[in-house]
Amino acid sequence: MLRITGLTGGYGDKKIVSDVSFHVEKGNVLGILGPNGSGKSTLMKLISGVLPAASGTVEVDGRPISVFSAKELARKMAVLPQLHAHAFEHTVRETVSLGRYPHQSGWFASWSEEDEAAVVEAMELMNIQQYENTLIDRMSGGEQQRVFVAQALAQNASILLLDEPTNHLDINHQKELLDTIKKQAIEKELTVVSIFHDINLASMYCDQLLLLDGGHIKRMGEPHEVVREQDIEAVYRTRVSNHPHPELPKPQITLLPGVNRTAAHTRIAAGDFAVSADYVLYQSPIPLKTVSSAVINAGAGWYRTFMNRHVDNTYECDDSTREMARFIESQGFKATDTVGMMTAVRTEDVIIKEYQGPFGSVVIAVTAGVGNAVDVSKALDRAVKVGTINTWIFINGELSDEAFIQSMITATEAKSKALHHEGVLDPLTDTIATGTSTDSCLVAATQQGEHLPYAGPITELGKLIGAGVFECTVEAIQLYREAKKR
Amino acid sequence: MNKSTAAYIVSLFFLGGAVLLGVLVGTVSISPEVLWNRSADQSAANILWNIRMPRVVLAGLVGASLAIAGAAFQGLLKNPLADPYTLGVSSGASVGAVMTLFFSISVPFLGIFTLPVMSMIGALATMLAVMGFAKLVDRSMKMETVILTGIIFSSFLGSVISLMIALTGEELRQIIGWLLGSVSMRGWPYVQMALPFFLVGSFVLWLNRRELNAMLFGEERARHLGVDVKKRKMMILIGGSVLTGAAVSVSGTIGFVGLVVPHMVRLLWGADHRHVLPLSFINGAALLILCDLVARTIISPTELPIGVITSFIGAPVFAFIFFRQRKGGG
Repeated sequence: MLRITGLTGGYGDKKIVSDVSFHVEKGNVLGILGPNGSGKSTLMKLISGVLPAASGTVEVDGRPISVFSAKELARKMAVLPQLHAHAFEHTVRETVSLGRYPHQSGWFASWSEEDEAAVVEAMELMNIQQYENTLIDRMSGGEQQRVFVAQALAQNASILLLDEPTNHLDINHQKELLDTIKKQAIEKELTVVSIFHDINLASMYCDQLLLLDGGHIKRMGEPHEVVREQDIEAVYRTRVSNHPHPELPKPQITLLPGVNRTAAHTRIAAGDFAVSADYVLYQSPIPLKTVSSAVINAGAGWYRTFMNRHVDNTYECDDSTREMARFIESQGFKATDTVGMMTAVRTEDVIIKEYQGPFGSVVIAVTAGVGNAVDVSKALDRAVKVGTINTWIFINGELSDEAFIQSMITATEAKSKALHHEGVLDPLTDTIATGTSTDSCLVAATQQGEHLPYAGPITELGKLIGAGVFECTVEAIQLYREAKKR
Repeated sequence: MNKSTAAYIVSLFFLGGAVLLGVLVGTVSISPEVLWNRSADQSAANILWNIRMPRVVLAGLVGASLAIAGAAFQGLLKNPLADPYTLGVSSGASVGAVMTLFFSISVPFLGIFTLPVMSMIGALATMLAVMGFAKLVDRSMKMETVILTGIIFSSFLGSVISLMIALTGEELRQIIGWLLGSVSMRGWPYVQMALPFFLVGSFVLWLNRRELNAMLFGEERARHLGVDVKKRKMMILIGGSVLTGAAVSVSGTIGFVGLVVPHMVRLLWGADHRHVLPLSFINGAALLILCDLVARTIISPTELPIGVITSFIGAPVFAFIFFRQRKGGG
C-alpha cells in the first residue's frame, strides 16, 4: 500500500508539485493525468525517492521511504521511467535480469532459481521470450518498452510506478500491456501508480484517477468523477466532448479540433430526393448527424448517403447487412458512408414532404407496407412476419442528443396515430395496429442553424414532426392499399 | 560449454602465451627448460627471473589495471571512449608522481608507497575535476563533452609537468623516458610497491560489476533498481583512480589500453560487466605484455617506449569507436 501525504517538491527552490496527498490500496491502479508541465513526472520522482521531497511523506506499507535502503526500496517498489538511453549493447535477457539486482546480495551473489523464474515469467508476460538473446538496440521502440516493463516486473515489487507505460506502443500492444498490468495488479495484489497521456486509456484501466494541474490536485476519484468535460477542458485548455465507452462503464472523451473546415451551408429539401424502382435516395453534400435503426450503419453516426432500398417480398438472406453493403457498393456508393434500409413496398410509392417551421424546415419521407400490421400491445407469443414502415426525418437545424431521441418518440406516436386513422387492423387480433413487425426510423440533422434542444410535441420541431409523420404515413398507407388493389 | 566459460579459457590461454613469449623472447633467447630448471643455464635463469619476469609481471599488472579501470569508467560514464588516458586521469596521476619526485616528497607512514599514493591522489582529483567540469558544461554529459574536457585537463597538466621538468634540469632524460611509459628496468621492488593497489583497486571494481550494469541505463534507472548510486559511484571512481595511480607510478602514462581491451571484450563477448571486468583484466595483462615485447624487440637493441606501441594500436581503435558511435546514432 502506498500513502502520500502533503508531498511538495521540485528542483532547487522551484516547487513543481505542491501538497499532493492520496493513497492507493493493494490491487488498485491509480492513473495520474495532467497536461505537459503539470508535474506528473516530478511527482513520480518524488514518490520513487529519486528527487528528495521538500516536505510531506511517502509511506510504503506504513513506513516512510526515507528509512529504506536503496535495495530494500527496490524490492518494494519498481519504477518504469520515461526515457531510456544506453551506450552499450545489452541483450534482452541481460536487461530483464537487472531487475533482480535488489534481490541479490553478498560479494558473490549467485543466480538463484527464484531469480531465473522471475526473469522468465516477466519475459513471458511481456511476450518477449523469443527475443531473449537479441540486442535491445536492434529492437523497435515498442519492443524496447516491453523489455523495460519486463525488467520492472522482474523486480517482483508490490508497488509499480509507471511513467507512460504505453509510450511507443501500437494499440494492440497498448491493450496487451495494460491488460497484463491490470491482471498482475489483481492477481498479485500490486499497487500500481501510472502516468497517462491518453485520458481514455486511463479511464478504462484505472480504478482511480488523479488530475494534476500546475502541481496541484485538480480532481481525484473514480473515472466518472474525473473525466468530465468541464474539468478536462479547464486543465488541458482544449475543447473536448464526453461520451460513454461502448462496452465498459468508463467515461471517454473526444477531442474537438480547433481547426475545422466550416461545412458549406446546407439545406435539405424534398426536391433533392431521388426516387427509382430500386431505391429512394438522398445524398447530402455534408455528413449529417444520424440516429437510426437501419439495416446498415444503425445507431448514431455521421453519414452522407441515405438509401431506402426496394427488395422483393421473398428476399431472404442470412447476412442481410453484408448483402446490403455489397448492393450499396455496386450502386457506386460507399457502404461506410451510407445508412441503408430495406422495404418490400414499391419505392415509387414513397411520400416525401417538406414542412416549414419558425426554426427552419423538416423533410419527411415514408414508405409504408401494412400487410403484417401488429398491435404491439398484443404482440406477445406470436410468430411475427416481416412488414415495414420506414420513416425518415431530415431536420435543418442543430439537435441535441435529447432532441434526437424525442424526435424518434414523436415520430413513433404519429405513426401509430396514422395507422389508427386509417383503421389498419392486426389481422390476428382484429384490433387497431400500432405499426408493423420490423419498422425502421431515421432522424438526421444538418447540425447547422438554430440549436434545437428538445423535440417533444411542446416544441415547434415536435409539432412539425408529429403532423408531418402523421400526414405522410397516412398517404403512404393509402398508396400502398391502392397498389395492392391493382 | 557456455559462451562465457569459453571466453575465460581463451583469455587465459592468451595470457599464458603472452607470459611465455614475454619471458623467453628477447635479445637473448632463453629455452623454456630454464623455467623449471634453474641449473640448466644459470645466467639465462638470472635474466629470466630477475629481469624479464618482473618486467612481464609489471607489464601484466599495469595492462590489467588500465583495462579494468577503462571498462569501469566507460560503464560509469556510459561513454565508450572513456579510459584513464582520454579522461586525463593518467596525466593527473603523472603530476602527482612528478611532484613527488620533483619536491622529493616523502610521507613518513607511506615509505615506498608514497609515489603510488601521490599518483592516486592526483588521479582521483583529476577525475573529479573532469567530471565536475563536464557536468557544468553539459548536464547530460555527452560523450564528446567528457572527452574534450579530458583533453583540456590533459594539456593543462601536461604543461605543469613540462614546467617541472624544465626546472629540474639534470634528471630530464629519466623523467621524459618515464613519462612516455616504460616497464623496463623496474625489478621486483616496483612490483611489490604497486601490487597491493592493483589488487585492491581491481577488487573494488569487481564488487561493483552488477552496479555498473545498472548504471549503464542511467543513474536514475540504477537508483530505481536499488543501486545506492552515490556510494557506488564513489567506489568506482576511487577504485579506478587507485588502479590508474598505481599503474602510472610504476610505468608512466601508457595510453589507450583501457580503451582497446574493454572494447574488444565487449565486441567478442557482450557488454555484461560481470564478464567484461574480469575478461578485460586478463586480456589487458596479455596485451600489455605483448606490447612490451614488441617495444623492446622491434628495433633491438634500441627500446621503444611502450606507450608508442599502445598509441599506435589505440588511436585507430579510438577513431573507429567514435565513427561507429556517431554513425550508429549513439
